[in-house]
Amino acid sequence: MTTPAQEFLRSATQETANQPTRRAIRHAVDQYDAAVQRGRRQFVDWEAGRQKCYEIKWEALNHLDQYLLEFEKHVKARGGHVFWAETAEDARRYVADLATQRGVRTIVKSKSMVTEEIHLTPALERLGIRVFETDLGEFIVQLRNEPPFHIVTPAMHLTRADIAKLFHEKLADAMASGSSSNDDPPELVAAARRALRRAFFSAEMGITGANFLVADAGMIAITTNEGNDRLGTAVPRIHVAIVGIEKVIPRLENLAVLWPVLATAGTGQTITCYNSLIGGPRAPDEVDGPEEFHVVLLDNGRTDLLADAEQREVLHCVRCGSCLNACPVFRAVGGHAYHTTYSGPIGSVLTPHLRGLNEFQHLSYASSLCGACTSVCPVKIDLHHHLLHNRRNAVQAGDRPWHERIGFQLWRLTMAGSRRFAFAGWLGRTATRILYALGLAGTPLDPLRPWTKYRAAPAVPQKSFRATWRESGGR
Amino acid sequence: MQKVSLFIPCFVDQLTPAVGMDVARVLRRIGCEIDFPEAQTCCGQPAFNTGYWDDARPVAEHFLRVFRTAEAVVCPSGSCTTMVRNFYPELLAGTPLVDEAKSMGSRVFEFSEFLVKVAGVTDVGAHFPHRVAFHDACHGLRELHIKQEPRELLRHVRGLELVEMARSEECCGFGGTFATKFGMISAAMGETKAGNAEASSAEYLVSTDPSCLLHIDGILRRRDSGVRTIHLASILARTEVAGERVESASRARSAE
Repeated sequence: MTTPAQEFLRSATQETANQPTRRAIRHAVDQYDAAVQRGRRQFVDWEAGRQKCYEIKWEALNHLDQYLLEFEKHVKARGGHVFWAETAEDARRYVADLATQRGVRTIVKSKSMVTEEIHLTPALERLGIRVFETDLGEFIVQLRNEPPFHIVTPAMHLTRADIAKLFHEKLADAMASGSSSNDDPPELVAAARRALRRAFFSAEMGITGANFLVADAGMIAITTNEGNDRLGTAVPRIHVAIVGIEKVIPRLENLAVLWPVLATAGTGQTITCYNSLIGGPRAPDEVDGPEEFHVVLLDNGRTDLLADAEQREVLHCVRCGSCLNACPVFRAVGGHAYHTTYSGPIGSVLTPHLRGLNEFQHLSYASSLCGACTSVCPVKIDLHHHLLHNRRNAVQAGDRPWHERIGFQLWRLTMAGSRRFAFAGWLGRTATRILYALGLAGTPLDPLRPWTKYRAAPAVPQKSFRATWRESGGR
Repeated sequence: MQKVSLFIPCFVDQLTPAVGMDVARVLRRIGCEIDFPEAQTCCGQPAFNTGYWDDARPVAEHFLRVFRTAEAVVCPSGSCTTMVRNFYPELLAGTPLVDEAKSMGSRVFEFSEFLVKVAGVTDVGAHFPHRVAFHDACHGLRELHIKQEPRELLRHVRGLELVEMARSEECCGFGGTFATKFGMISAAMGETKAGNAEASSAEYLVSTDPSCLLHIDGILRRRDSGVRTIHLASILARTEVAGERVESASRARSAE
């Protein structure tokens, strides 16, 4: 059986050589970077905005029990239902049972990473229910039977031509006739819209996530750029929102800073196109809205992370995706190589907590610890230092390979004294110089093979600095 | 006269000794009194970054003992400086040496930071008639917040033309053991860096971290690039007279 670590290495080898995908990522990130620069200009002080968001999330997480109960009380008072799901299985079963009891045949989904996390769609499809992703990017990757490539831009890896080809294959009846070579974006969007309209108006249930749970208002806040959430929560009879418990914020007024900060960090916009607040089913005096409103509050490992004082702030994450865009590792391997729901720096930090350190520690090592992620995070999560902490925890748990453990014990003994270190260095340099003089640089017999496999061999000097210094008499 | 103790990282000692000598040359030129405590070995970063904090701790303690009496410690690597200044307090938390670690953190300096912020020097009388681009090494940039100091020093070098490369702040892909554990990713990042360096029209890519340079140099030479790498100290060490001597020496070597 291949382990997740082996799977990652295999995909990384493949994807670093995948130039078309890397070009697509580069193009998307260049556009994103330019937009973010513009978006940040709306703030008198972007750093102060980040600090404010950090403080809001800190306050919420440190009184999570209180704010979640406040949220629940308000939703229930308006006739909504709140279900506390401890595990992914609990959440899946609740939604599946509800769909079965209400005779649901078709579901429209608004973009939600948490439903990816709990693998909701396959569970519903096994019951014979048709599930449609209605965010354009999600709709595209669903047609390709792929998971989202990126938290915010699920089809980042695809070009317009890729999408046109896909639509001609899978959406032939929705494409305008006689346009077999048409890759005009408005026409592609129109085709997706035609296909999705049918789904929207036949669906009995709409499923969404939420960007925030507003405690004092008892409402969920959803942010999209396509308005698909509005149709998906207004037309079907039943609305189910599945939300991680860490999404709670204390007060409605907090959105005044969280919305623009999220929009800027996520896409460089000053504000996202559609921001909805939903607090219950249709009230007697209202003209639209669902008959039933359910909120599934998902734990799935989050309270374990909450108990870890050192890394609790990882739960601040608002899923803006900016750490993915900033990450040179993500840009080199892409989102699918991770084989996890959450990729990039936040995924590498979070996944070991959600799915086990032993199996997912490799992601914490697959980083140069450059810190670009930390410098952009809008809620100031110290991402690259948490990667370092995950590494320390992996060593303490005894999860590392035996040869690495012995290697560092030998290293420690060598570094304990300068004579030993100087001798070991001399030995290594001399052996390498001899082998290199025999023309073995870069071959499998090269002692620096793990290095020279990808790089020209370094020039190994005959003398160390300390030897040179001594000979020069310190001049 | 400012007394300075040289902290020469283990891999600089073994693989790029010339960088260490150039640091000494520049510091001496601006009037520092230099010593090199020979008992030094490594700051402990390889073990620390791989998660082996119990193995890193005695090496860090050794470092603190070696440099206990130093007035100022200067290091030609932002990464190793970061280890001592930013990470020793965390690594040694709860041990008797934690206060000493914090005190050491205020006395250890990255080379360009020392020149500009401590010694107050931006012109060290160097001469280097080439076009160069600066690569912001991650630890120097994001942990020590060094951005303008090396550029300031480069702007005062006679004959030197400083150009900015695209994405100068993007990691080159070295990352310590990451470079060999995930060689394919490290190399892909290095190729991106190399491409940006080539597009900048610079003859030399200069930086403050010899580890980044070792990696980028290996990538550049593998693709037969015209761009060469050089450490900031090696540029600052060259004066009009010494520069000619270095160049004629390298010509003589290549003629052998």
